[in-house]
Amino acid sequence: MTVNLTLLVVMGVLFSVGVYLLLERSLTRVLLGLMLLTNGANLLILHTSGVPGAAPLHDKSLDGSEYSDPLPQALVLTSIVISLATTAFVLSMIWRSWVLARRDEIQDDLEDRRVAQQSSYDAEDDDAMPQDTSEFDHADARFTPSRHNEEEAAESPGHHRVEKLHRDERRHRHEF
Amino acid sequence: MSSELAQLAPLAVLIPFLGAAVNFVVVHRNRLQRGVTVGAMVLTLVLNALMLVDVWQQGPQVVHLGGWAAPYGIVMVVDQLSALMLVVSVVVSLAVLVYAVSEGVAGGDDEGPISIFYPTFLLLVAGVSNAFLAGDLFNLYVGFEILLTASYVLLTMGGSAQRIRAGVTYVVVSVISSILFLISLGMIYGATGTVNMADLSVKLADLPQGTQLQLHLMLLVAFGVKAAIFPLSLWLPDSYPTASAPVTAVFAGLLTKVGVYSIIRTETLLFPGRQINGLLMWVALLTMLVGILGALAQIDVKRMLSFTLISHIGYMIFGIAVGSPQALAAVVYYIAHHIVIQTSLFLVAGLIERRGGSTNVDRLAGLYRISPVLGVLYLVPALNLGGIPPFSGFLGKVGLIEAGVAAGTWLDYLLVGVSVFVSLLTLMAMVRVWNRVFLRRVEDAEYPDPVLRATTAQGHRPRTSRVVSGKPGSTFSGTAPVVLLPKTMVGATTALVGVGVLLTVFAGPLFDLAGSAADNLTHPDRYVRAVLAPVGQGGVSEEDQ
Repeated sequence: MTVNLTLLVVMGVLFSVGVYLLLERSLTRVLLGLMLLTNGANLLILHTSGVPGAAPLHDKSLDGSEYSDPLPQALVLTSIVISLATTAFVLSMIWRSWVLARRDEIQDDLEDRRVAQQSSYDAEDDDAMPQDTSEFDHADARFTPSRHNEEEAAESPGHHRVEKLHRDERRHRHEF
Repeated sequence: MSSELAQLAPLAVLIPFLGAAVNFVVVHRNRLQRGVTVGAMVLTLVLNALMLVDVWQQGPQVVHLGGWAAPYGIVMVVDQLSALMLVVSVVVSLAVLVYAVSEGVAGGDDEGPISIFYPTFLLLVAGVSNAFLAGDLFNLYVGFEILLTASYVLLTMGGSAQRIRAGVTYVVVSVISSILFLISLGMIYGATGTVNMADLSVKLADLPQGTQLQLHLMLLVAFGVKAAIFPLSLWLPDSYPTASAPVTAVFAGLLTKVGVYSIIRTETLLFPGRQINGLLMWVALLTMLVGILGALAQIDVKRMLSFTLISHIGYMIFGIAVGSPQALAAVVYYIAHHIVIQTSLFLVAGLIERRGGSTNVDRLAGLYRISPVLGVLYLVPALNLGGIPPFSGFLGKVGLIEAGVAAGTWLDYLLVGVSVFVSLLTLMAMVRVWNRVFLRRVEDAEYPDPVLRATTAQGHRPRTSRVVSGKPGSTFSGTAPVVLLPKTMVGATTALVGVGVLLTVFAGPLFDLAGSAADNLTHPDRYVRAVLAPVGQGGVSEEDQ
């Protein structure tokens, strides 16, 4: 199979620029990235037809191997139409996003952020002042976490206190 | 061997397409639109059911579109697997459609769901059918694109800020996976000079091992994004829960399964050499574990369900990775089970949202006393998903576990252990929701919606949201009163839950069918022979497209 160097280089540039743009946070650039990637893929498919030959219309004087391979062109045509529709849809989404929020950026998922902010603190298990269910009058019960873990304590002594501090800090922040 | 009936297979795609076209013609006449859409779906269902019976009796059927012989013409292939998938997907879509119609009507406006809903829904069904019937890779790609484009529209319908935000993630990820698919298509065509799957099955085997592996992995990544297998699954819980209930339900049921279906075809037909089954095992393990751990961390019912969806895709990948006829039969049964159960759970979540004003577990409580029917509708599919005998989830998992034990390497045993553990965790996630949303008293909820309190305070069950529409703090505040649990919505959900139970009742014949589907999957040469037979022996197409 012969390879067309110009096409190859163009393809490489399209793919690399496309991937770079895709990693941006601005939606318009992401869209441009997607378009470049699709065009890169289209060139790749076009490439598979090899050296261009005669138009694939039946001609008695031509040998079968002298025609261009028409199938990749048909495939590329389909893919162009599909990417046209997708581009139009993404554009309308960008416009809608602009109308709604006046910004052209991909936003974080609120639920994700909320879950990420959850500390490993569990109100029932990790409370510094556990409900004392034992009959014994333990002198230190107030300051011993009910689910004390030896390994964790060795790794980060006083992590319960740190966590509590963080919690207080957060509460503070909410107040102001 | 040839059968006249299976030659109607293109109609499974054409009827929804024509329905969508008619929908656009009568765009302002809602009642007519509704009739056309439901009619088209029922017609497709009848056709698919007939084809299933036909294929079951006579084996795989091939339709040469336009009468051109494969590998030059385009073929559609109906074997047991595609026919079963077609029937299940249309049953599920029909239930969701009825649910959506009722939701729109009950929502207070007589216009029903936005008029774009019906045609888009039909196009989605057409895309799914096309993907299941495709006999060549490019047609599969086109099927994917049809269903994806329809899904973009459905997901962002209404265009609220939240849906646009979720839609962006979904669209960008889907487009990238499509581009990957397109690139692998180009490379496969470059390497073999064909895109017909039967032809590829023969020609790919002659390629050098390295080339085969590269093409195989690229296809797998492209399908993996669509099937939401870990680490390519992160987009799913981000985007699905924001859509409206029926849309999420149909996505959860169908879209990921089209990906799984394509992976089955890749592993059994295109690359039957079992090159990367070890890798698939690990992927299955991680998908199961990470999915279910994510589900346990959620406090929103819809998000929790999205994570269990990912987790249970892992079971199917496990079965595909084992690859024995027994395992594949279990996978086929498991896919049918999972489509039905996951969709019914999302429909129930929609009902919970309607009755309790939220899907946030902290805001919900006491729903069992308020609506016992809703409780039963949740509990049956929830236990089913968790794998409690005698439900279909249990049967599917037993099938997979038996196949895993029969394969007998240490990795198989590890996967068997993990799958049992994950089903236990699934049960835990489902029962936790059950305890909090249905069993505890309303007073115990963190921030109960006033619509829940209204019931207990007045001692009777309100039929509409009128009781709280004037009060602050409720989801229904300031909106026109709506019927809380419309009969048709409950009816559609009940019907689908009923289908889930029927999967247990008819498990015997279904496993027979799945067994013969798996038998054909493990003998790709039969598929190849059926497709590449000269036109006339494989059956000539009577109708040109």
